[in-house]
Amino acid sequence: MSDGLLEQPTGRQRMGFFTDTSICIGCKACEVACKEWNQVPDDGLSLLGMSYDNTGMLGADTWRHVAFIEQDRPLGRQNNSVTVMPTGPSGTASTAAVVAAGLGDKHGSMLGTQTGRVHPGPQPHATPDGHVSPGGRTELRWLMASDVCKHCTHAACLDVCPTGSLIRTEFGTVVVQEDICNGCGYCVPACPYGVIDRRERDGRVWKCTLCYDRMTDGQEPACAKACPTDSIQFGPLDELRERAARRVEQLHGVGMPEARLYGADPDDGVGGTGAFFLLLDEPEVYGFPPDPVVTTRDLPRMWRHAALAAAGVAATVLAAFVTGARR
Amino acid sequence: MVQGSNMAECHPVGFQWVMAAKARGATLIHVDPRLTRTGALADLHVPLRAGTDIALLGGLINYVLCNGLEFREYVVAYTNAATIIGEQFRDTEDLDGLFSGWQDDKAGYATDSWQYEGTSVASSAGKRERGTRARHDGQGRSHERQATGRGHEHGSHGAALSDLSNIRRDETLRHPRCVFQLLKRHYSRYTPEMVARVCGIPVDVFLQLARMVTDNSTRDRTTAWAYAVGWTQHTVGVQYIRAASVLQLLLGNIGRPGGGILALRGHASIQGSTDIPTLYDLLPGYLPMPHPDAHGSLDEYVADDSADTGYWGNMRAYTVSLLKAYWGEAATADNDYCFDYLPRITGDHSTYQTVKAQLDGSCKGYFLNGENPAVGSANAKAQRLGMANLDWLVVRDFALIESATWWRDGPEVESGELRPETVGTEVFFLPAAAHTEKDGSFTNTQRMLQWHHAAVDPPGDARSDLWFWFHLGRRIRAKLAGSTAERDRPILDLTWDYPTSGEHAEPSAEAVLREINGRAADGTCLSSYQQLTDDGATACGCWIYCGAYADGVNQAARRKPHTEQNWVAPEWGWAWPANRRLLYNRASADPEGRPWSERKAYVWWDEGKGRWTGHDVPDFQPTKRPDHRPPPGARREDALSGIDPFIMQADGKGWLYVPAGLSDGPVPTHYEPQESPVPNLLYGQQHNPARQTSRRTVDPYQPSGDEPGSGVFPYALTTYRLTEHHTAGGMSRWLPYLSELQPEMFCEVSPELAREAGLEHLGWATVVTAREAIEARVLVTDRMVPVRVHDRIVHQVGVPYHWGGNGLTTGDSANELTHLSLDPNVHIQETKALSCDVRPGRRPRGADRIALVEEYRRRAGITAETGTAPRTAASPGGTA
Amino acid sequence: MTRHEVRRDGLRDETPEREALIGAKGGRRPGRGGEMVPPAEFRSYYGRSVLKPPVWSARDIAGYLFLGGVAGGAALLAAGGDLTGRGSMRRAGRLISAGATGLGLAALIHDLGRPARFAHMLRVLKPTSPMSVGTWLLGGFGPLVGAAAAAELVGAATAAGVSGALPPSAGAAVRALGRSSGLAASLVAPALTTYTGVLIANTAVPLWHDAHRELPYLFGASALAGAGGLVAASTAVDEAGPARAAGIAGVLMEQALDRRIHKRLGMVAEPLDQGYPGRLMRASRLAGRAGAVLLAGSALRRSKALDVAGGLALAASSLLARFGYFHAGNASATDPRYTVVPQRERADRAGSVGAQHPADLGGGRGVRGEGQEPA
Ligand SMILES: Nc1nc2c(c(=O)[nH]1)N[C@H]1C(S)=C(S)[C@@H](COP(=O)(O)OP(=O)(O)OC[C@H]3O[C@@H](n4cnc5c(=O)[nH]c(N)nc54)[C@H](O)[C@@H]3O)O[C@H]1N2
Ligand SMILES: Nc1nc2c(c(=O)[nH]1)N[C@H]1C(S)=C(S)[C@@H](COP(=O)(O)OP(=O)(O)OC[C@H]3O[C@@H](n4cnc5c(=O)[nH]c(N)nc54)[C@H](O)[C@@H]3O)O[C@H]1N2
Ligand code: SF4
Ligand code: SF4
Ligand code: SF4
Ligand code: SF4
Ligand code: SF4
Ligand SMILES: [Mo]
Repeated sequence: MSDGLLEQPTGRQRMGFFTDTSICIGCKACEVACKEWNQVPDDGLSLLGMSYDNTGMLGADTWRHVAFIEQDRPLGRQNNSVTVMPTGPSGTASTAAVVAAGLGDKHGSMLGTQTGRVHPGPQPHATPDGHVSPGGRTELRWLMASDVCKHCTHAACLDVCPTGSLIRTEFGTVVVQEDICNGCGYCVPACPYGVIDRRERDGRVWKCTLCYDRMTDGQEPACAKACPTDSIQFGPLDELRERAARRVEQLHGVGMPEARLYGADPDDGVGGTGAFFLLLDEPEVYGFPPDPVVTTRDLPRMWRHAALAAAGVAATVLAAFVTGARR
Repeated sequence: MVQGSNMAECHPVGFQWVMAAKARGATLIHVDPRLTRTGALADLHVPLRAGTDIALLGGLINYVLCNGLEFREYVVAYTNAATIIGEQFRDTEDLDGLFSGWQDDKAGYATDSWQYEGTSVASSAGKRERGTRARHDGQGRSHERQATGRGHEHGSHGAALSDLSNIRRDETLRHPRCVFQLLKRHYSRYTPEMVARVCGIPVDVFLQLARMVTDNSTRDRTTAWAYAVGWTQHTVGVQYIRAASVLQLLLGNIGRPGGGILALRGHASIQGSTDIPTLYDLLPGYLPMPHPDAHGSLDEYVADDSADTGYWGNMRAYTVSLLKAYWGEAATADNDYCFDYLPRITGDHSTYQTVKAQLDGSCKGYFLNGENPAVGSANAKAQRLGMANLDWLVVRDFALIESATWWRDGPEVESGELRPETVGTEVFFLPAAAHTEKDGSFTNTQRMLQWHHAAVDPPGDARSDLWFWFHLGRRIRAKLAGSTAERDRPILDLTWDYPTSGEHAEPSAEAVLREINGRAADGTCLSSYQQLTDDGATACGCWIYCGAYADGVNQAARRKPHTEQNWVAPEWGWAWPANRRLLYNRASADPEGRPWSERKAYVWWDEGKGRWTGHDVPDFQPTKRPDHRPPPGARREDALSGIDPFIMQADGKGWLYVPAGLSDGPVPTHYEPQESPVPNLLYGQQHNPARQTSRRTVDPYQPSGDEPGSGVFPYALTTYRLTEHHTAGGMSRWLPYLSELQPEMFCEVSPELAREAGLEHLGWATVVTAREAIEARVLVTDRMVPVRVHDRIVHQVGVPYHWGGNGLTTGDSANELTHLSLDPNVHIQETKALSCDVRPGRRPRGADRIALVEEYRRRAGITAETGTAPRTAASPGGTA
Repeated sequence: MTRHEVRRDGLRDETPEREALIGAKGGRRPGRGGEMVPPAEFRSYYGRSVLKPPVWSARDIAGYLFLGGVAGGAALLAAGGDLTGRGSMRRAGRLISAGATGLGLAALIHDLGRPARFAHMLRVLKPTSPMSVGTWLLGGFGPLVGAAAAAELVGAATAAGVSGALPPSAGAAVRALGRSSGLAASLVAPALTTYTGVLIANTAVPLWHDAHRELPYLFGASALAGAGGLVAASTAVDEAGPARAAGIAGVLMEQALDRRIHKRLGMVAEPLDQGYPGRLMRASRLAGRAGAVLLAGSALRRSKALDVAGGLALAASSLLARFGYFHAGNASATDPRYTVVPQRERADRAGSVGAQHPADLGGGRGVRGEGQEPA
């Protein structure tokens, strides 16, 4: 449902995040600061084997999530010497497969939200078969990226909320009013990024508030405040977008043509996001959807189909009485 | 250059400045066996075999010397490169890996033959010998005091040197016995090819590294080296840092902005706890602990330990002021300022020595005040068995850490080696307040004091450590009150009068800082240690901290944003000494006092004003001209010339060669770790000959190199930290937000090792050494690489050491695997480089665990003697 | 080159601290090892889902999809029966509809994380929220069909002479009320049968969203199958003709639409054929065909037994299909492939991901990169 029906951010300057993953050191200070500030419960203790990521994904009990990706490809002009060490085939693909296989075993529980329940069982480690790079372990880079609610311009979660619990704040952010939410769960599958989630023992949904309470006090969000390298940058969205565009140019200039922005384009499927990212690989590698679309974009068309279908149902019944009368 | 530290993971907040430097164009290099979060962000990551950094640094030194890349002017003027060494000295080149002075019977060195020609030197850094002055002939009982283990008096601050004018120098650096030529010979074998064979660093990577470092070390550019415990926790730990010092001095990277060797210190205020030490052999401000025989009087003590030249020449003023701070009115000139009250050092009472004393039954009681040795200290079993042999144990901590509960649920209870009913130790657990619950200061890595204010009251019975020690002292004094016994005077005469406040009578931490800062006779706060006198008029709890409370203001509490002051930010906290942010900064200017280059201007001579000036507080007498040359016989700092930047050294020079003060040699030399899968390729001497070992059954060592049985433990092992946890876990394993981030003990292995040892990603592995067997989940990762060393491929196993049996996340402790072979200078354990075996699956339970380890010991033929031979070099060397 | 100098007069050229260039100075040739590789067929973050699958319980929500359809369809048949004088059909329709509505509402409330806060649904009416729209639809429909059913019960009680029942004079009024509310309900009823298609299509769940064109029709048809079946089974054999016809038409249309969805959606429809949802859907198709045959048989040769068997088979088919689509949707949200692959193709076609889609030169020689499809 495009611009007409969807409310636009109003009021003050729109605030947001630019997360520059190229300077993330994976310290997870953002995860912890968020939990401390917002008193989010822990998400369960479970070794996931996803490099150093034991949180898995965003959820009701994880509003910031740091992804760790070990890849057999180089980082710009970095020389990490692995190519010249005595090595056999890479392990990245096969360890990832072990994790994925572990997920597959637990259909249902894992997928959800209680990342803590995921417990991929041990799998034989790959032998040099088709699963590994044919040339041996040729390259290596370790990407880290901190994920968060995107505070979409056209936020599906907000659109579909039947209670008006989800609102757009004066900062252009999307916030759940926990006293309104009745836990209908509609926003959960509506979010094209898989962000918002229901907390089982509480019944309501939770996600990043962009630290609304701190912002109203003129404070930057806890995660950004804690980030030692300024990988998480908070500020007026316009400024952030300009800065980010310059940053991409800068990286392209130093041998990182793969640097790209994600969510910075106001013409994308969700009208651009309030929290956008600089990535060094395709979005799906980080667990992001490559081309997300606000689910309500197609809603007018759906309503038309529903109306037509309803008419069809009525017509069919009518016809049934006409034809079925004899039988 | 980050080497021997995983800075991004262990110092993430400090790492932001590395990132800031990168934003300004800096190149980041990380040398580490593993690709870590630091390496992931580096321009160049250099994997190497753990325990071989001296070979690499020696390779770099050799590269510099062979290619004439040293900063010649700096080296000639500011270091002891030109100094001639005495004729008796023999190098490792001549003695198969030993230096002259080796004494088989004492398993250590007589260091006399290492001295400068024409003069005799005693170091104030590290080992110091008594009666230096009395032994001008150079022959002495240099070993007699080693037993006291007076290890690191004066930190790295200097040496006593009797007469500067006797030192012989050859400023052309061509004299065959000058330090420069000696270095050239010593490191000539550390070729790129040798580096490759010892460290496993391919030649072209080494050359790239060497070029990057040397290209960036010029008049216009400086390179900084950062290290932490990846360097220190070795049987040659001190020499690792010495090797970096040699290289950095050759490159002119000391005392200049953007240069230096940065020790990334550990626990918050671990720097503070060496300045005002929790160490057994030091008094505040690196004053040595007096010796029972030699130091009957203050005069003897000062005469023995102070230097005639350099700032250590004022040691008497520092000592008298300290005694006045301790004993106030009671300390008078007549009673030697109560010098007699000071405890005397009677031997090596370092932490591991104390454990041995516990095992022997001579140490009866133990305070654990913020320490968890049952998990955090090497050979955790020895730690626990030691504690099991105590009469009493007091643990002050936040949670019931393993060191408080080993007697009922430790691994020895599981295996039946200990039974709770028969453990005789009475264990007291007293809850402690956290730093957020009390006022105080941290002295951090950069010698900077920062004040913290209590944010909340401690819960329940938890009390600050200051409260505990103050009131314990108060009660003891109350019990002794009225005593006329002489031995009680030191306690009764103490100034023990801190103001208290609140319900629990919490002592004022600011009053303590004020006392440390020092006061003049009229009670006003001093502002500089130069004001200290030796006549009892001043009192000062730690001379180097003098000024931290200048003008009666808590300077450590200053928090002016960097945007509101100059870039050195002198008004953020307070750094000792004298709020100086960069030590030895005279070296940032050339001998004439001009900045080496305009883009590296830091401190320089202002001819107009007739004084040193710059961005920082000059680390030099402010009006001493660059062309000043001292008259003969000058004393203390006045003995130093205008081109002697290293003012704490008696000769004012940076020491490429250390004539005294180290137990294991004047020049860093590569030795293999106590346990190594390969032989030492450089010398017949396998290990550091002076390392400390024990012959206890609780601490057996494995065969190394080509010794029979070494193949039983074929893999290299290293231990380390994760960002998500803190040390022995007391501050992280009880916190859900941290525990969930690293929820299980694991080990990291390469895909190659996984295949070889049959390990599965996320499966279990059992890691075995001669001490113990532990289990860990397996992470197979490309970040671990095997290295090609010597004639073989060595696989490395990485093990974080945070886990123990208590808390939210539990697991076996890495320190079950480690041993108690120590560096001889500072008695630090070798937890960074060991060898081990790895097998798939979980470890056996109960007594079977012990049986498995015994089986390994049997297979490797381990006896009490294994790995303890000090000398393996063919030649014993002369005791010149 | 350093852009930063420490001069006598202070710091020069301070650059923003956050602009560290990682790996820029390692000295390797840029792009080495970065030859263009054929894009890996599918990459993800360790096979984890991109989306959050619905937190809805299948019993409640898939159950509601079925019940809502039955409620709407039965209300329509009841109205038809009323207008064509098929008393037993009217009665069965109204009671089934009201029963399904009540159960459906209970299921909806039960599924809420905070059932006590159901009323918050009535704070707003949001056209962007099919759940809001549905709540109001149900809020309108429920009382009407409830009234009609009540009239039916009162009428029956009166007819049976139950003591305390209304006097005969009131009977006419009750009947009038029943008729008017029943007819009014039948106006809302068609929407009730199809809005649920929008309800689930208006999510990011790949199967549901991609099928948003067909789903309202499919759900409408399925409603007819379910309601037709149940009404046919509980109506007098002579009167059941229209219910049979509606049921048969519904099930045929439903299966045709299902085939269409399979065809148009391609791989995204795979979950409909795999695993548990696949089994549900196969059972649904079988039951649908069987029901249609049985009811057709009864149309030819009237038989209560055939009506009951066929009707229940159709209802089962509808029920199984709702559960099938529900679980298949979950599976499509769970497996990142269904999120990533279509979006990747779309993005590649459009030549853009977000704002920029630079030439991806950094590819290593890894065949699959880091993401592995779940085994
Ligand atoms: N998050 C967190 N931060 C901490 C701590 C913590 O527990 N958690 N502890 C604090 C304390 S007490 C300390 S002392 C510091 C320690 O800080 P660091 O010394 O940085 O920490 P470690 O992880 O012990 O070791 C650093 C690195 O040394 C590498 N290494 C091992 N052997 C060798 C070797 O022979 N040569 C070289 N070049 N590298 C080697 C290891 O792979 C490891 O990556 O951190 C402090 N900061
Ligand atoms: N294998 C291996 N072993 C190692 C190392 C290694 O790298 N590898 N590193 C070594 C190093 S560098 C270190 S520093 C040690 C650390 O080893 P330990 O010092 O034994 O370990 P910590 O867990 O830091 O113990 C500190 C305890 O102090 C408590 N504490 C914190 N604040 C206070 C306070 O204000 N008052 C009191 N009373 N208690 C407090 C904490 O709860 C915690 O339990 O481990 C060493 N051991
Ligand atoms: S990312 Fe999801 S939860 Fe966040 S605003 Fe967008 S739609 Fe809502
Ligand atoms: S779960 Fe809460 S926030 Fe989400 S749509 Fe329902 S009422 Fe709104
Ligand atoms: S903005 Fe606040 S709520 Fe959102 S992730 Fe950061 S800390 Fe958490
Ligand atoms: S975003 Fe910042 S705080 Fe979070 S992990 Fe990365 S560097 Fe650490
Ligand atoms: S834990 Fe404290 S000392 Fe360590 S990096 Fe964080 S802020 Fe610094
Ligand atoms: Mo430490």
